[in-house]
Amino acid sequence: MSDGEVLGLSITHVTGEPDGHPGGYGDEAMPRMGFFTDTSICIGCKACEVACKEWNQVPDDGQVFSGESYDNTSHLGASTWRHVAFVEQRRPLTVDGGGSLAQVAARNQLAEAGEVPIGESADGMRWLMASDVCKHCTHAACLDVCPTGALFRTEFGTVVVQEDVCNGCGYCVPACPFGVLDEREEPNPDFDAPDGRVWKCTLCYDRLKGGHEPACSKACPTDSIQFGELGALRERAERRVEKLRRDGWTGAQLYLATPDDGIGGAGAFFLLLDDPEVYGLPPDPVVTTRDLPGTWRSAAFAMGALVAGTAAAFLGGRR
Amino acid sequence: MSAPKLRPSLADDGKPPGTTTWDGSVTEAGTEMRSYYGRPVIKPPVWQPEIPVYFFTGGLGGATAILSLLARIAGDERQARRLTFVEAGAELVSPLLLIADLGRPERFVNMLRVFKPTSPMSVGSWVLVASSLSSAGAAALELLERAPRAKLAAEIASAALGPLMATYTAVLISNTAVPAWHEARHHLPFLFAAGSAASAGAAGVLVGPLDESGPARRLAIGGTVATLAAEQLMSTRLGMVGEPYHAGRSGWLMRGSKLLGAAGAGLLATAGRRRPGAAVGGAALVAAGELLLRLGVFHAGDRSARDPRFTVEPQRERADRDGTKATT
Amino acid sequence: MNSDCIVIMGSNMAEQHPVGFQWVMEARERGAEVVHIDPRFTRTSAMATRHIAIRPGSDIAFLGGVIRHVLEHDLHFEEYVRAYTNAPVILHDDYSDTEDDDGLFSGWDPDRGIYDIETWQYKGFGVPPNDQHREGGVGSAEVHGAGGAPLTGAHPPEQDPTLQHPRCVFQQLKRHYARYTPERVAEVCGCRPEDVVWVAETLARNSGRERTSAFAYAVGWTQHTVGVQYIRAAAILQLLLGNVGRPGGGIMALRGHASIQGSTDIPTLYNLLPGYLPMPHAGADATLQEYVEKNTAPGGWWGHTDNYMVSLLKAWWGSKAVRANDWCYDFLPRIDGDASIYQTTRWMHEGLVKGMLIAGENPAVGNANAKAFRTGAAKLDWLVVRDVMEIESAAFWYDSPEVESGELRPEEIPTEVFFLPASTHTEKDGTFTNTQRLLQFHHKAVEPKHDCRSELWFYYHLGKLVRQRVESSLEPRDLPLQWLTWDYPTSGENEEPSAEAVLREINGCRTVDGKALSTYEELDSDGSTACGCWIYCGVFADDVNQADRRTPHWEQDLVAPDWGWAWPDNRRILYNRASADPEGRPWSERKRYLWWDDAQSKWTSTGDRPDTDATKSPSYRPPPDAKAEQAIAGDKPFGLQSDGMAWLFAPSGIEDGPFPTHYEPHESPHDNPFYGQRANPRRQQFPRGAFSGTNPYNPVDGEPGADAYPYSLTTYRLTEHHTAGGMTRTVAYLSELQPAMFVEVHPELARERGLVNGGWATIVTARAAIEARVLVTDRMRPLDVGGRRRHQVGLPYHWGKRGLTTGDSANDLTSIALDPNVHIQEVKALSCDIRPGRRPHGADLPAFVAAIRDEALARRARAPRVEPEQTRNTEPPGRRSGHQEGQGAP
Repeated sequence: MSDGEVLGLSITHVTGEPDGHPGGYGDEAMPRMGFFTDTSICIGCKACEVACKEWNQVPDDGQVFSGESYDNTSHLGASTWRHVAFVEQRRPLTVDGGGSLAQVAARNQLAEAGEVPIGESADGMRWLMASDVCKHCTHAACLDVCPTGALFRTEFGTVVVQEDVCNGCGYCVPACPFGVLDEREEPNPDFDAPDGRVWKCTLCYDRLKGGHEPACSKACPTDSIQFGELGALRERAERRVEKLRRDGWTGAQLYLATPDDGIGGAGAFFLLLDDPEVYGLPPDPVVTTRDLPGTWRSAAFAMGALVAGTAAAFLGGRR
Repeated sequence: MSAPKLRPSLADDGKPPGTTTWDGSVTEAGTEMRSYYGRPVIKPPVWQPEIPVYFFTGGLGGATAILSLLARIAGDERQARRLTFVEAGAELVSPLLLIADLGRPERFVNMLRVFKPTSPMSVGSWVLVASSLSSAGAAALELLERAPRAKLAAEIASAALGPLMATYTAVLISNTAVPAWHEARHHLPFLFAAGSAASAGAAGVLVGPLDESGPARRLAIGGTVATLAAEQLMSTRLGMVGEPYHAGRSGWLMRGSKLLGAAGAGLLATAGRRRPGAAVGGAALVAAGELLLRLGVFHAGDRSARDPRFTVEPQRERADRDGTKATT
Repeated sequence: MNSDCIVIMGSNMAEQHPVGFQWVMEARERGAEVVHIDPRFTRTSAMATRHIAIRPGSDIAFLGGVIRHVLEHDLHFEEYVRAYTNAPVILHDDYSDTEDDDGLFSGWDPDRGIYDIETWQYKGFGVPPNDQHREGGVGSAEVHGAGGAPLTGAHPPEQDPTLQHPRCVFQQLKRHYARYTPERVAEVCGCRPEDVVWVAETLARNSGRERTSAFAYAVGWTQHTVGVQYIRAAAILQLLLGNVGRPGGGIMALRGHASIQGSTDIPTLYNLLPGYLPMPHAGADATLQEYVEKNTAPGGWWGHTDNYMVSLLKAWWGSKAVRANDWCYDFLPRIDGDASIYQTTRWMHEGLVKGMLIAGENPAVGNANAKAFRTGAAKLDWLVVRDVMEIESAAFWYDSPEVESGELRPEEIPTEVFFLPASTHTEKDGTFTNTQRLLQFHHKAVEPKHDCRSELWFYYHLGKLVRQRVESSLEPRDLPLQWLTWDYPTSGENEEPSAEAVLREINGCRTVDGKALSTYEELDSDGSTACGCWIYCGVFADDVNQADRRTPHWEQDLVAPDWGWAWPDNRRILYNRASADPEGRPWSERKRYLWWDDAQSKWTSTGDRPDTDATKSPSYRPPPDAKAEQAIAGDKPFGLQSDGMAWLFAPSGIEDGPFPTHYEPHESPHDNPFYGQRANPRRQQFPRGAFSGTNPYNPVDGEPGADAYPYSLTTYRLTEHHTAGGMTRTVAYLSELQPAMFVEVHPELARERGLVNGGWATIVTARAAIEARVLVTDRMRPLDVGGRRRHQVGLPYHWGKRGLTTGDSANDLTSIALDPNVHIQEVKALSCDIRPGRRPHGADLPAFVAAIRDEALARRARAPRVEPEQTRNTEPPGRRSGHQEGQGAP
């Protein structure tokens, strides 16, 4: 339950609109742009990862063999702004996962009889692939907690770090409920020390300004990554998930597609075939600043107690 | 529709056993474990050890400011004078610790580009700067024995900021996605306030003349008791998310802090009044305990961030219980 | 995209052709069934609507099972089969099938180790002329163009339209596959009987008048000792189902990488001239006339071989090529046998090859038994390597497993190695020809840096230098160089030749006025036309670079004829005459594509060019004296075949049998449950002589010692890397995505061998041992074959010793055993052993490999396999090898 309801300074998030967008931009405001990543047609080619790094000149993230399916970049970070997850499961694709082995076996027999529409493999296994990215939250914790104003809301409603302002305080790193941001440890060319600043997806702010779609969606061969106006994307996603469910993909679910979730809806949302945590995503994320007023309230009491307690210490003798 | 959510016990490296052996082949990891190869969902804090130390010095400075002002009002002039120096010392060390964490001095300047109420770190930076200046001013005038009015004004200012200095760091870490911190958001401010009080008291006992350190001693004892109480309440309320406060390295730190605090407070209560040695020893123990407390809280948060269970389980339970709009 | 069902087999399309795969996904979204039949569960399987795992090397058995089911239950497209294939044709009286001879066809000659194909002919037909020169075992592969073999006999051959005659192709086909029952097939493939039935039923349900199904394959089919027959099997099935020449039908040959199709059209092959004209054969083709007579088909487009050849010669020697000097035909080199890369590798070891030029290839990593190539290269006098990076093939002399193990010592290697930096495709103009025969022109985006130059630049200026050397020579042998037309416009400070000018020469022109030709039908043999490649004639029609057209598909109809240019004649569907019934009506409204318009008495279509004379009525019947395309009746769609019919039964043109038959891989951990003949008797091996020591084979199932290599090994590629890695292991962004050589195994195998995920494993064959990181995954499914649980070991072959990510090369493990038709290596199915931990290093490595091998071979020697097999050791029929060591013995 939200502590935001108890007033303090009121930064409680009520609307589905990002703070400062479009209002803050007046005439310069653009429609809110975003990604719809439809993982049901992701073929795991990783073209998005490479296109992103090529365009944004992100350094490579080191060469580590993870032994975790075909995923060797492992997670989003300062030098990986698109990350393709690979999840291998002993479960037919279109039938809801889990259940006892007997249930799974029964489903496989259904599939034999051709009664399960599609996606069943004789092995009764499936291989989920999903391209993850910064969610560009409607209520972005990283942006709220940034003490320098390095993180800001663009005229497209996206969230971007200004690398010339960021001072590497690192507050946004644990504040993000998705673990998107991280500090870059590579030495900074300008001075002889670790860079220490945070980096993340800019939704190709420069390309958007130039009227181009982001590099990752441009490179995606199957249109698993779709770029466009958020409203339109949400409608498309609704139709898509309904079709998939009709086709028997009962695990199919939209993730962060509505303004009513804990982050006010994401600018980059997803169609998943299993629960979010299976892809390394939080099942019910909340923007931490939603609870900030309540926290300050508790702090106020604590401060009072501190003063009172200290004063009380003077009752009784000097010695 | 939800599958059986088997969660493997967690090895200390943060990866579930099995992900690197055949019996936890990639598939099984993907199927049975409702997390992505046991990898963290959120990023652990990137802060260096300076930060928990700053939590201590900042709290010490803040609480000391209050104590010294009250001492001044109570007419404990010598105690007040010495505490002013302690306070100034603590609040001059603090910015240095922050700068050390940022890497380069000029980066601290960026903190003052804007004032953001939504960012406790922004609020705290301004408070720290103001409070450091006032306490430094007060200390300087104290040293030169000049302009008593200005000095008093400065002391009042830093005393007014004291409570914020003592607690804003708790608000700061609570205001993250780190489970062991965010879920403890209503407890950490009390914990930090109590801890600051105790450390200020301890400082008073250490520097103060024996015949004026009664209030400081009582504050040290009371603060420690309050700390232990707040900690107890927190652990009982947090449930599984509180695990890091008992288990692993962070657990050891927390236990250590309680032990030292209790011992120190006990010593002060029993012999602190008469024996200078006992007073000094007890105060040192209390102070050390409070430092360990900050380190313990810091590491508990780190551990809870590295283990996906602490992020996923409470959210999953909440979602299954109250439903969620995150997935539709 | 128009398919109702797509079967992907022997291909990992999603990983290797992700861009083309978008259309498979499109089809899936439209409701098409997408079936992936493959030993591994890959990214393609993950996207398929159904994945069926079969043992590597058992595809023909599976397809045979499907063919049998189709025939047994009359699921074939009756009218199509009767009208358009040679199903009704009566066969030679003496033809006998594998059914009769335990896995051999009639005409097997154990002494020469080849087939005499006389009995494979139609009743009353003789062996075609270009199949008569096979002394020394020169296979028809060396003497055929892709034109297929002409037929010699009285057309049309004797037929039984009812398909009931016991000796007609249809009944013989039925008989040939009679034993491929679902149960037997399941036993061979390790799948379940119902899988075979399901695939057959699904295909049948999605074929016929209203629907069409497509096949897609890649090197997972070709790289076998029976590779060509894999594709033949699919062709037979698609013809039975009526899926050839129709929208959404066909067989997609997914090529290995960009413009491999182009490099066979205008070949980098030793036995072909541009446009699949066969290379003249020493002794057989003394004069142009002989050559033409031998290679001209009585019917179809191959009835104009003279036009194509003379125009080619005119393109090369211009005005110097005149009738009097036989259009310079004598200038052409001759072949007399296999000169493929592996034969050449053997010759390198025998000291018969002095120098070598490598471009756009990395054989030190990519060739089967890469070690054999490296040690062979160390015997050359000189080696030139042109590549974008210093690849393993250029560095082998100081950085290779052999140098590490001390088998090669740099100071003792005589080879002088020259490395020449090449420019990438973004640094030069040119065309790519893709899987659908589509030419697409690309323009230079950036200037090549430093000394990097395009291939075109290199060969053009090299040619000029060589010509300078012989300018004043009076030697007749230098005439071909002196007379060669070798002058292209150049531009820039590097004097880069114009790629468009070259393309225009390939397109061809009238010799009188130099006007560009617009179709190969304009070609003539009187010297009035010059054309560098007859099938590409028209790519510069109207002096416009047709390959450079880029009208997006949403601005044109479904056929999209205005994007690029497809050979021949911009036809997007080859043999599209088959999309209409014999009377010229579309088979169905849904699959309408080409039809005969009586009113205008011409062929019209939904946008494509008809693959037949636009005005040739369906009722047209050729007069007896008709030649070439005129000899093809109006209801015969296959204009590149001499009889216009599709061949279910191949009377000639194929070395190892008129019908595809399941043979085990050369190195298989399994025996052949179908026949006594275990493996393809015609397969090409190198069992003896200096070279055999470099290329030893594992013992096979049934032999003592086979248990030393108990697992089946398959090699493959990953999306993240490109072939031998020269272009990707050197790029940080790609290397980090697959940063280490790894081996994929199933949890059970990992348990059996104590392999730890993320740890190290050593994989061993008779050739070598390599180490790789372990990736434990259910995707490598164990198969129950003939009651035995069989595990697979999967190895990507990208890695080598150079670049940002380095590792052992999978191809060090593979052996040189080849398909007899095209001499392609079998690297998709072998046997191996796998052990936990890293391999020995230094001198211990060869010792380690030898110890295991010698022990196994010793056991085999003590009790050799008593095999009904006719021959296990056919020597590769070839010039020197043949004479030095005599023919393969039974």
